[in-house]
Amino acid sequence: MIGLSHYLILAAILFTISVVGIFLNRKNIIILLMSIELMLLAVNINFIAFSHYLNDIAGQIFVFFILTVAAAESAIGLAIIVLIFRNTRSINVDDLNRLNG
Amino acid sequence: MNSIYSYLAVPLLPLIASFCVGILGRKLPELFASSMTISSVFIAFLLSCLTLNETLNGLVLNQTIYQWLNTGHFQFEVGFLIDNLTAMMMVVVTFVSLMVHIYTMGYMKGDAGYRRFFSYISLFTFSMLMLVMSNNFMQLFFGWEAVGLVSYLLIGFWFERPTAIYANMKAFLVNRVGDFGFILGIAMILYWTGSLDYATVFKNVGVISAHTMQLFGQPVSVMTVICILLFIGAMGKSAQVPLHVWLPDSMEGPTPISALIHAATMVTAGIFMVSRTSPLFELSDTALSFVMIIGAITALFMGLLGIIQNDIKRVIAYSTLSQLGYMTVALGASAYSVAMFHLMTHAFFKALLFLGAGSVIIGMHHDQNIQRMGNLRKYMPITWITFLIGSLALIGTPLFSGFYSKDSLIEAVKLSHLTGSNFAYFSVLVGVFVTAFYSFRLYFLVFHGKEKWRLQKLARHDDHHHGLSPKDNPHESSLSVTLPLVLLAIPSVVIGYITIEPMLFGSFFTKSIFLNPEAHPTMEHLSHHFHEIYHGPFGMALHSLLSLPFLFASSGVLLAYYCYQINLNLPKFIFSRTQSIYRILENKYGFDTFNEKFFAFGSRFLGEKFWQIGDVKIIDGWLVNGTAKSIGKLSEKIRVIQSGYIYHYAFAMVIGVFLFLTFFIKI
Amino acid sequence: MIEFKDFVFFVLSLVLIASGLSVITSRNPVTAALSLVLAFFNAAGIWLLLQAEFLAIALVLVYVGAVMVLFLFVVMMLDINLDKLREGFWDYLPMAGFIGILMMVEMVMVFKTKQFNLSPLAEALPNSSNTELIGNTLYSDYVLPFELASVVLLIAIVSAIALTLRDRKDSKKTNPADQIAVKRKDRVRLVQMKSEEKYVKSKAKERT
Repeated sequence: MIGLSHYLILAAILFTISVVGIFLNRKNIIILLMSIELMLLAVNINFIAFSHYLNDIAGQIFVFFILTVAAAESAIGLAIIVLIFRNTRSINVDDLNRLNG
Repeated sequence: MNSIYSYLAVPLLPLIASFCVGILGRKLPELFASSMTISSVFIAFLLSCLTLNETLNGLVLNQTIYQWLNTGHFQFEVGFLIDNLTAMMMVVVTFVSLMVHIYTMGYMKGDAGYRRFFSYISLFTFSMLMLVMSNNFMQLFFGWEAVGLVSYLLIGFWFERPTAIYANMKAFLVNRVGDFGFILGIAMILYWTGSLDYATVFKNVGVISAHTMQLFGQPVSVMTVICILLFIGAMGKSAQVPLHVWLPDSMEGPTPISALIHAATMVTAGIFMVSRTSPLFELSDTALSFVMIIGAITALFMGLLGIIQNDIKRVIAYSTLSQLGYMTVALGASAYSVAMFHLMTHAFFKALLFLGAGSVIIGMHHDQNIQRMGNLRKYMPITWITFLIGSLALIGTPLFSGFYSKDSLIEAVKLSHLTGSNFAYFSVLVGVFVTAFYSFRLYFLVFHGKEKWRLQKLARHDDHHHGLSPKDNPHESSLSVTLPLVLLAIPSVVIGYITIEPMLFGSFFTKSIFLNPEAHPTMEHLSHHFHEIYHGPFGMALHSLLSLPFLFASSGVLLAYYCYQINLNLPKFIFSRTQSIYRILENKYGFDTFNEKFFAFGSRFLGEKFWQIGDVKIIDGWLVNGTAKSIGKLSEKIRVIQSGYIYHYAFAMVIGVFLFLTFFIKI
Repeated sequence: MIEFKDFVFFVLSLVLIASGLSVITSRNPVTAALSLVLAFFNAAGIWLLLQAEFLAIALVLVYVGAVMVLFLFVVMMLDINLDKLREGFWDYLPMAGFIGILMMVEMVMVFKTKQFNLSPLAEALPNSSNTELIGNTLYSDYVLPFELASVVLLIAIVSAIALTLRDRKDSKKTNPADQIAVKRKDRVRLVQMKSEEKYVKSKAKERT
C-alpha cells in the first residue's frame, strides 16, 4: 500500500537531488534556477500529499500560492540574467563577484 | 537711609564705574577713568560714613535683596547684614580704597594700563564690599573668590614680566588651597543646619555643637571640624603659615595694590570672617587653640624674615604677614574685638607705609633696593614725616593708634588660658622687638645715613632706566601721591586713642560678636584692666612706659639705631658669624623650595604620567584606536565569507538547512 | 500482485527521479530544460493520483506552459560558452554527494516513523470536485492572500519589463528638467568684433 511516507520520501529524494544540483552547477546560473524549481516542486508534492492524507484542502491552497510566487520569481530572475548577459556577455558566475566584501 | 536698596549703592557704584572704565574707557581720556572711579568710591565712602552713623545709633539691618537660587531644600540669596562690624569694615575699605585711587593718579601716570588699573581697583572695592556686607555664607564666598580673582589680575598687572605671572599664579593657587577648606566648612554648615544664612546658622549652633563625627577613626566634635575648616580658608586668604608663601611674591604688583589688597583689605577678610563667625568659634576650644598657635608662628617667624630683606616692599610685606599673625592670635584668645580693632589701625598705618614706600620708589626711579638709598629725608620731606609716623604706629609707640591695638592684644593673649597661649604670648612679645628692629632698620637705611646711590661701585642705570645715576637727586612726589599719605597719617595717630573705649569695652561689637564670658573671660579681664587700672586711654599710655612691650620695642629701636647709624659694620659681622641661620632665613624656611619640589613638580609629574600613559596610551591607543583596529582586523577575517559568488552563498544556505535538520530532529 | 495505482505511482516517481538527475547533470542546457519539463509532467501525474486534479492541470499550464517556455527562450537566446562552464564540474561531487545522502537519510528516517505512515482517511468522497472545493475555500477563507498574490504577479510583470526595457531608437522625447536648467551662457555667446570703420573708410576712399 502506498502510504503518506512514500510520497514524503519521494519528495525528500527530489529535494536532495536539487541540493546536489546546486553544488554541482555552481557556475551555470540557468541550471541553478532550474534546480530551485525542482526544490519547489518537491515541496509542492509534500503539501499535496499531506492535504490528501489529512483531508484538509488548505495544503492545496498553499500550493496554489507557491505556484504563483514561483512563477513570478522565475520571471524576474530570468530578466536579471538577461540584463547581466547584456552587460557582461557571459553567464559565468565567476565573473559576477562584484558584490564581494 | 530709607530702604535696603540704598545700601546697594555702596557696592554697586564702584562696580558700575569699573565696568564703564574697563569696557568703554580705552578710547576715552585718562581723566575719565580716574574721575569716574574716584567719584564713585568717594560717594561709596560718604554712604559708608552715613551707615556707620546709623549703626552707632543702634541700627541693625538683616535683609535679603534677591533670591538667586531656590532648590527646594536650600535657598541661596543675596542680602545685606548691616551692623557695627559691617559698617566699620565698610568705612575702612572705602577710605583706604579712596586713598589708593587718588594715589594711583600720580603713581601709574604714563603706564599703558592706566585705565585697566582703575577698573580693577574699583572692581576690587565692589568685591570686598560684597564680602563684608553679606548676610550669608554663599555671598561671603562669592566676595571671597572675587577678591582673590582681582588680586590675581592685579598682581599680574604687568603681565609681560615672567616674575609677575609666576607670582599671580602662586597667589591664586595657594588661595585655592585655602578655599578648598573653606568650602568644605561651608558645606558642613549647610549640612548640619540646613541653611547658609548667618542668622539661622547662629541660632542653630546648639544643634552643631551637640554632635560628634568620625574623622580618620577618631571621634571629633563637629564644631571643631567646621571651625578648623573655616580657618583654613582664612589661612589662605590672610596668609598664615603655611599658606603664606604668596604674599611676599605678590609685591610684583604695583605698589598701590600692595597697599590696598595686601595690607589693608583683602588679607583682612579672613580675620573678618572669623570674627563674624565668632558664635561658632567660641564653642570649640580646640579650634581656638589651633588659631592661636598658627597665628603665633606666623607673627614670630615672618617677622624674623623681615630683618634680612633688601627690597623696601618685601620688608613691609613680611611686616604685614607678622601683623596678620598678631590679629590671628587675638582671635584665638577670644579677643575678637581686639583683633578687629588692630585690623582697623593696621589698615591705616600699613597702607600709609606701603604708599610711602611707593613714593620712595618713584623718587628713586623704580629702584627698590634699600641698600642703594639713604638720607632721603633731605629730598622727600612729606614722605619722610608720614613714613616715620607710620613706623611709630607700627611698633606701638604710646599714644599712637598701633600702640592701643597691639598692647591690648598682648594683654589679651597673656590672659588667655588655652593650650598654646604661653607660646603665643612669648611669640607676640618677642615679635614686638623684631617688629621694632626691622621697621627702624628700614627707616634708618632709607631716610638717614649716606646717600648710597652716589657711590660709584653701587651706581647702576639698567636698561629699563631704573635707578638713579650718581648725579641725580630724588625729588618729592606729586600732590596726588602725597595727599593720601597725609590723609592716612592722621588716623594712624589719633584713631586708636579715640575709638579704643567704645570699640573694645563699649557696646560697639556686642551685637555682632558673640562671646562666651565664662569659658573665655579675656575681654572681661581686659576691660577690668582698662577701667580700673589704667583709667582710660591716656592712663594706658602712661602705664605702658613701664611694661614689657614698651621695653622690647624701645630696645629694638635702639639696636636698629646702633646697627645702621653708628656701627655700620656690625650687621655684616653678625651675619658672617651666623651663616647657617642666615641661610635658613634667606631661604624663607624652605617653604618655597618645598612647594616647588613637592607640589609643583609632583603635580607636573603626575600630570605628565597621566597624559602620556593614561590618555595617550590607554585611552587613545587601546580603547579608542584599539577598538577600531580590532574591529578592522576582525572584519578583515570575516570579510572572506562575502565572496560575491552566488554558489558560495547557496552552499552556506544548504549547510544551514542541513544543520537545522540535524539538530532539531528528535526520533 | 501490486495494485495498478501503486504501479503507476512507482513508474511516475522513477521517471521523475530520473529526469531530475538529468536536469542537474546534463551538459546541454536545452536538454536540462526539457528534462525539467518531463519532471513537471510526471509530478502532475502524481498529483492526479492524489486527487488534486485542479493543481495538476494548473502545474502543467502555468509551469510547463509559461515558466519553462520562458526558460527555453532565455537558454536559446544567450550564447553560452559551455566548456568554460563545465570545468571543475565534478570537483564538488564527493562533498555534495555526502551532504545529499546525509540529508536524504535523515529525512527518510523521519518519514518512516509511525506518525507519518498514514493511509488515506476512510471518509466518503466529497460530492463536489476538487476544483469546486478549492474555489470555495480560496474565495472565502483565503481571499486576502489571493489578492496579495495578484499584486505579486503585477509586481513581477512591471519589474520584468522595467528591468529589460530598451528605448526605441527612433522615438524622440524631451527631458523637461534639462530644458528648464538651461542657462543663458549655454545658449548665447557674445563676440567682440572690430568695428567696420576701416572698411567703410577704405570703401569711401575708393569711391572718391
